[in-house]
Amino acid sequence: MLKLSLTRLDDLFTVIADKESLYLPVDTAVGQAQFKKWESGVKMSTALNTVRSAKDYFFPQTENIVDFRIQGKNIEIVDTRNESEDFILFGVRACDAKSFTILDKVFLAEPADTFYKSRREHGTVITLACTRPEETCFCSAFGIDPANPAGDISAWIAEGDIYFEAVTKKGADRIGIFASLLKDADDSAVKAQKEATAEIMAKLPLSGLNLKGFHADALNEKFRSPKWAELSKMCLGCGTCTFICPTCQCYDIRDFDTGHGVRRFRCWDSCMYSDFTKMSAGDPRHTQLERFRQRFMHKLIYFPANNDGVYGCVGCGRCLARCPISMNIAKVVKTLGDE
Amino acid sequence: MADETLIPKLGLVTDVRIDTPDVKTFRVISPDGGKCFAHIPGQCAMLSIPGIGEAMFSITSSPTNTEYMEFSIKKCGCLTSWLHMMEAGQTITIRGPYGNGFPVDTEFKGKDLLFVAGGIGLAPLRSVINYVRDRRADYGSVDIVYGSRSKEDLVDYKEIIDEWSREEGIHVYLTIDREEEGWDGHVGFVPNYVKELGFDVTKTVIICGPPIMIKFTLAGLQESGFQKTQVYTTMELRMKCGVGKCGRCNIGSKYICKDGPVFRCDQLDELPNEY
Repeated sequence: MLKLSLTRLDDLFTVIADKESLYLPVDTAVGQAQFKKWESGVKMSTALNTVRSAKDYFFPQTENIVDFRIQGKNIEIVDTRNESEDFILFGVRACDAKSFTILDKVFLAEPADTFYKSRREHGTVITLACTRPEETCFCSAFGIDPANPAGDISAWIAEGDIYFEAVTKKGADRIGIFASLLKDADDSAVKAQKEATAEIMAKLPLSGLNLKGFHADALNEKFRSPKWAELSKMCLGCGTCTFICPTCQCYDIRDFDTGHGVRRFRCWDSCMYSDFTKMSAGDPRHTQLERFRQRFMHKLIYFPANNDGVYGCVGCGRCLARCPISMNIAKVVKTLGDE
Repeated sequence: MADETLIPKLGLVTDVRIDTPDVKTFRVISPDGGKCFAHIPGQCAMLSIPGIGEAMFSITSSPTNTEYMEFSIKKCGCLTSWLHMMEAGQTITIRGPYGNGFPVDTEFKGKDLLFVAGGIGLAPLRSVINYVRDRRADYGSVDIVYGSRSKEDLVDYKEIIDEWSREEGIHVYLTIDREEEGWDGHVGFVPNYVKELGFDVTKTVIICGPPIMIKFTLAGLQESGFQKTQVYTTMELRMKCGVGKCGRCNIGSKYICKDGPVFRCDQLDELPNEY
């Protein structure tokens, strides 16, 4: 394990930013944390997590796919893609780091999404261990240890120092950027922190959230549950949950008239929206019940059915904190799960 | 960078055929000549008019056609209305092929085939029918039951009458919903007609049409002794990407665009009833 005194955090960021773009959680004017590009003078947020997840850095909210130059009957297709530049995402929590591996299962499956793949290849994720998980947190239900985050390089802030450990080959390579600042350290402070965090986790209200009963074999049984009606009754279909969710990956593709051509772009979409599956021939999900059910069935049954039992949720708790009607995946699990 | 499936290729429309009052068949080639890509019967392609939109269509021509691809498209929304305004010589964009296609070289081989189609539902089946016609020795008898609202709504009528009906080993049974002048063929709905015709229950059935037609035809076939494992159909839901990533066309854990669009009817039983 390697460490650096917290008093030299600015030196660390300066050294990294000198080599690659560095993004980390920063407090906004209204006190909400969000990932931002670091530049001299910027202070890292001490918030537990960012309001939006870090998925933007691999799967941005909007991005251009292709341009068309049109002259009369003639169309020219212009590939506007650029290989991503190297960048470092610093201070990612364990839940969000896990969400990248979930997005990988979608976007890197053949045929791989080249936009996402390029960013994944060029991005290095430095995670930061949680020390004070909140009552909306339930990452442990998905086998995530907030005190032991994955990513390419793991980091812990403990007793006035920041500790680092490379996890992946890419991490071992990239730690070289700032290795000259680090010195060898024993892991006793980190060990103590892990134990303390585990104690907090065990006391959290959702620590016992039980996913038993959510598996491929229960697909039709769960789908037909009469409880969806009550669960979805209040849903406004606002889509907030999908936009702040680190694992939601549905997207729309649309065309935009630039005045001298057409730009085709994609943007985040939401299965909670009434036009999501609407066709001229009809709509298989014409009520909010069906759309609500789709979102949770996808995360808890459909996604694991296609991905070796891995759930499409990381327990980050953002939807618990932000849903305007206080509905969320934890309530769905409790209501529909096998007790 | 590697090829990106979302970035289309150009397609040149070389012929537009008016099939019915609301169905046109578009012939598409690569601007350099020849087909835009190879496909198997039942697979689909994303067609688009830049600035208007992009949507998934079944490829109605057979893979054995080496010169061009055809798409029979019903005018029913924004993009299809624009497509219907196109003339030969215009350029569109195309990407694909997408989906699994029918098991023409495995499960269908050596079987007696019964095709059941309603309206524009003939489009994906035409690809299979013409594939089978071109490799006649590989398959048993072919029966085609095809129905539509009226005579003028029968897609590919000329090809059905002039080619399919005249071929040995192929029996075509046409029906329309209501009596009309100049029609001396069968009148009635497809599901009832299939039942009346009383086909041998050893046949492999390929069915496509409005959901209500599929539902009642399947029920009738089962009553007659057919098993769901003998019946294949092809599905359609809204799609954006074509490769199982945009999250739109799933029924349960299956994506129509990549796990389908072709399903055996017993496989559909395992999926939630949301289509």
